Amino acid sequence: MSRHKISLRVNGQRYELEVEANRTLLQTIREDLEMTGTKCACERGDCGLCTVMVDGVPTKSCLVLAVEADGKEITTIEGLMKGEELNPVQRAFIEHGAVQCGFCTPAFIVAATALLKRNPKPSEEEVKEAIGGILCRCTGYRQIIDAILDASKSGK
Amino acid sequence: MVKYSYVGKDVPRLDAIEKVTGTALYTGDLRFPGMLHTKLLKSPYAHAKIKKIDTSEAEKLPGVRAVLTGEEAPYRFGIYMSDKTILAIDKVRHVGEPVVAVAADTEEIAEQAVELIKVEYEELPAVFDVRKAMEEGSPLVHENLSEYKHAPFVYPKPGKNIANHFKLRKGDVERGFREADVVIENEFYQPQVQNVQMETHTSIGQWLQNGQINVWTSAQSPFAVRHLLGVGLGVPLHRINVVVPYIGGGFGGKAGLHWEPLVVLLSKKAGGRPVKLVMTREEQFYTTAVRQGFYGRIKTGVKRDGKITAMEILYLWDAGAYADYGVNITRAAGYSCTGPYEIPNIKCDSITVYTNHPYGTAYRGFGHPEFHFATERQMDLVAREIGMDPVEFRLKNAAVPGRITATGEKLREDAGRVDECIKAVAEAIGWGKKEPKQVGGKLRGRGIAALWKAPAMPSFTSSSAILKLNEDGSVTLSISSTEMGQGTPTALAQIVAEELQMPIEKIKVVTKRETDFGPYSWQTVASRGLFMEGNATLDAAKNLKEQVKATAAELLGVPKEKLVVAEEKVFVPGQPDKSLPLASLATAGIFPDGRGIGGPVLGYGMYTAEGLTNLDPETGQGLPALMWTFGAQGAEVEVDPETGDVRVLKMASAFDIGKTINPTIVKGQIYGGIVQGIGSAFMEEFIFDQKGKLLNSNLTDYKICRAQDIPDEFVFIPIENPQLNAPHGARGVGEHPRISIEPAIANAIYDAVGVDLFEIPMSREKVWLGLKRKGERK
Repeated sequence: MSRHKISLRVNGQRYELEVEANRTLLQTIREDLEMTGTKCACERGDCGLCTVMVDGVPTKSCLVLAVEADGKEITTIEGLMKGEELNPVQRAFIEHGAVQCGFCTPAFIVAATALLKRNPKPSEEEVKEAIGGILCRCTGYRQIIDAILDASKSGK
Repeated sequence: MVKYSYVGKDVPRLDAIEKVTGTALYTGDLRFPGMLHTKLLKSPYAHAKIKKIDTSEAEKLPGVRAVLTGEEAPYRFGIYMSDKTILAIDKVRHVGEPVVAVAADTEEIAEQAVELIKVEYEELPAVFDVRKAMEEGSPLVHENLSEYKHAPFVYPKPGKNIANHFKLRKGDVERGFREADVVIENEFYQPQVQNVQMETHTSIGQWLQNGQINVWTSAQSPFAVRHLLGVGLGVPLHRINVVVPYIGGGFGGKAGLHWEPLVVLLSKKAGGRPVKLVMTREEQFYTTAVRQGFYGRIKTGVKRDGKITAMEILYLWDAGAYADYGVNITRAAGYSCTGPYEIPNIKCDSITVYTNHPYGTAYRGFGHPEFHFATERQMDLVAREIGMDPVEFRLKNAAVPGRITATGEKLREDAGRVDECIKAVAEAIGWGKKEPKQVGGKLRGRGIAALWKAPAMPSFTSSSAILKLNEDGSVTLSISSTEMGQGTPTALAQIVAEELQMPIEKIKVVTKRETDFGPYSWQTVASRGLFMEGNATLDAAKNLKEQVKATAAELLGVPKEKLVVAEEKVFVPGQPDKSLPLASLATAGIFPDGRGIGGPVLGYGMYTAEGLTNLDPETGQGLPALMWTFGAQGAEVEVDPETGDVRVLKMASAFDIGKTINPTIVKGQIYGGIVQGIGSAFMEEFIFDQKGKLLNSNLTDYKICRAQDIPDEFVFIPIENPQLNAPHGARGVGEHPRISIEPAIANAIYDAVGVDLFEIPMSREKVWLGLKRKGERK
């Protein structure tokens, strides 16, 4: 397997890495960069728990090779707080009880944060569409949808 | 009316900030120096003799540190039925069963090593149908059933594929049928499904050379893991430390023991290096445990006035290859077999059947979602036959306080009220209202289903809690009930806050569970946590207050009985000079002359299930239930007659939870349970080929609900008739929202389009075929 030098900007920090050609972005984030907030739960793009932003676009990081992300700007759950402040989506998730076991929570928060940047006032259908590729087995989704709609109303 | 300060309030979850920032650690996030990674060689056959295993090539691969076969791990593990070794020995019993395990420096090396292992099998005839498995001459899944250790309340039938036969006999069922005006019999079916916790089973094990075993694992019950591991391996318990970090969903599938012995044994063989196993999603579907399949046959006798006179019930459980948990699910479903009704004459046989399917375990509801599909469909079918309204029919037979359950228990006055739940749900879905059935070419209907469930557990299970007073007057609660999303620790903090009248911010609940330090708790299962841990926590808070008061009484020179603990102080009400901050007593009290008194304050509390008894082996009579949580579900659906597509417009749910401790957390349990039930109702199902290989072992082909699949509207009506021996009257409601979703929807589909469904899942195809057949009959 060939090794490749890549450069990533992750949560505003620059990383120079050498990775195997078959290494996924998810493996790089979790294992090489040791940012474990992003979860792995199927490794084939079904569950969406590995969602991160690649140049602002929510992306399933298990379906992207690390070499493909060379030169890209990556945002993970670890990069969403503004200093010591939770972002509006994070706050709304707590208020609405959108968190249970928490294993899927980072993916939903990353996807919702990206959605609200792109579309600050989404409809309920647009919210469902935006998170439709991420699975949660605990909450029944209602509180997640409500939290995202509420965060959009806070208008920040 | 008690005035509450913290109980009943929407306190944010204690774990919320960690979880929304991605800093909450799960077992899979942990790494240790020298840690190895595991891959499994799994059986391609449903039933086969293992003739030869050759691991020599794998062992030569650089980076491979341990290769383990079943012969090297001749230990049987189990909580109720010790029928399983950790790797197959002599024969394999289901596709996906692990045969050889490899621990290597990386996952990739382990995977390569697995491919180098050669196993010779001799295929055996397999059995996949529970009824065929019970016939004479069926292939035997376990030849040595008589040799397995099992709990005393399990009744295996050696020489047959029966791991447990639970019998319930009440009254005289033949007389009951003679007294009936109408007798109706139906059959019902549910397939095997998977819990689909988002976190797959993950364990790290280490067996050090000094004999110490360390385990980090995604297990629901750290003390059960320690106990079963110790008994299975013959290692003293003080040499085993089990750590459980946050769990990414359990739903019963992580109860008891799973892959912990495997990683521990691999570690021993690898010289004590820590060994990690993360189940792949595919393995989660067919290597680790799943929910049992279900076949039910119910015969009901009823008078024209709506009184049920008799029920004859057969429940067959497709346990798959192993039945450690299956035997107890069979028992729990057996003693609850009628649903929440008083039936004078009952004969029930609930039987755990071995097949060559993946093996069964607990899944939220512990058999109750399966059999309630049968009983609650049957209630509607019987009501229709005698021309009675299904709500009225249920109310007429409802098991309200004072009535007698199937096991002969007279329901206590504070037992909770299923009738109130049924009425609340009926009102919420507009039962009996005349509304247009047809809306834009689609047909609407309503359905109701009631339910009950008690914690299924041995009669003497217990829990304990430790409450430590810190030097600044804050407190730290240690419990061993785990946090897998259900939120019990937050509710327990509220119970402490209430008892000590202390701000919730001053209370910490330890986040990690560790058997070396934590107090004993049987298991985090069965919707028992709030009730049992809650009572233990209350007891610990009271004990802490007693200790504080004893020291304060000496220091203040007042009788102990006059002292009150609140607002981080201990004081005599109305006497401002007779008051001490709790902080001043945490390590020891101090007299004015410098002498110390008392000592570090550590409140201890415990709770043991009260008054439960064994059940009679022939009749099932006795007292199995610590509490019954009653409930009802109401569904409003819209069916597209062209496609068979069913949309759930509304789900209304009512549960008698006694007292709400945290409304947002309760709501989370309700909505989440409903959506799991909807997944099962419409789409979840194990599909096998003829050789028993699972065809949909991934989330592409096995769908669970997405955000787009939820009901348009949820309505939850809490009913609060407190149970006097429960903490603040609160009953458990973790599993209940998952029960009776399928029958409520099935009953609504009949109401909409006149199609009766007896099999889960109720796919578009089945609904459409039902419509077609109905059209042909006309």
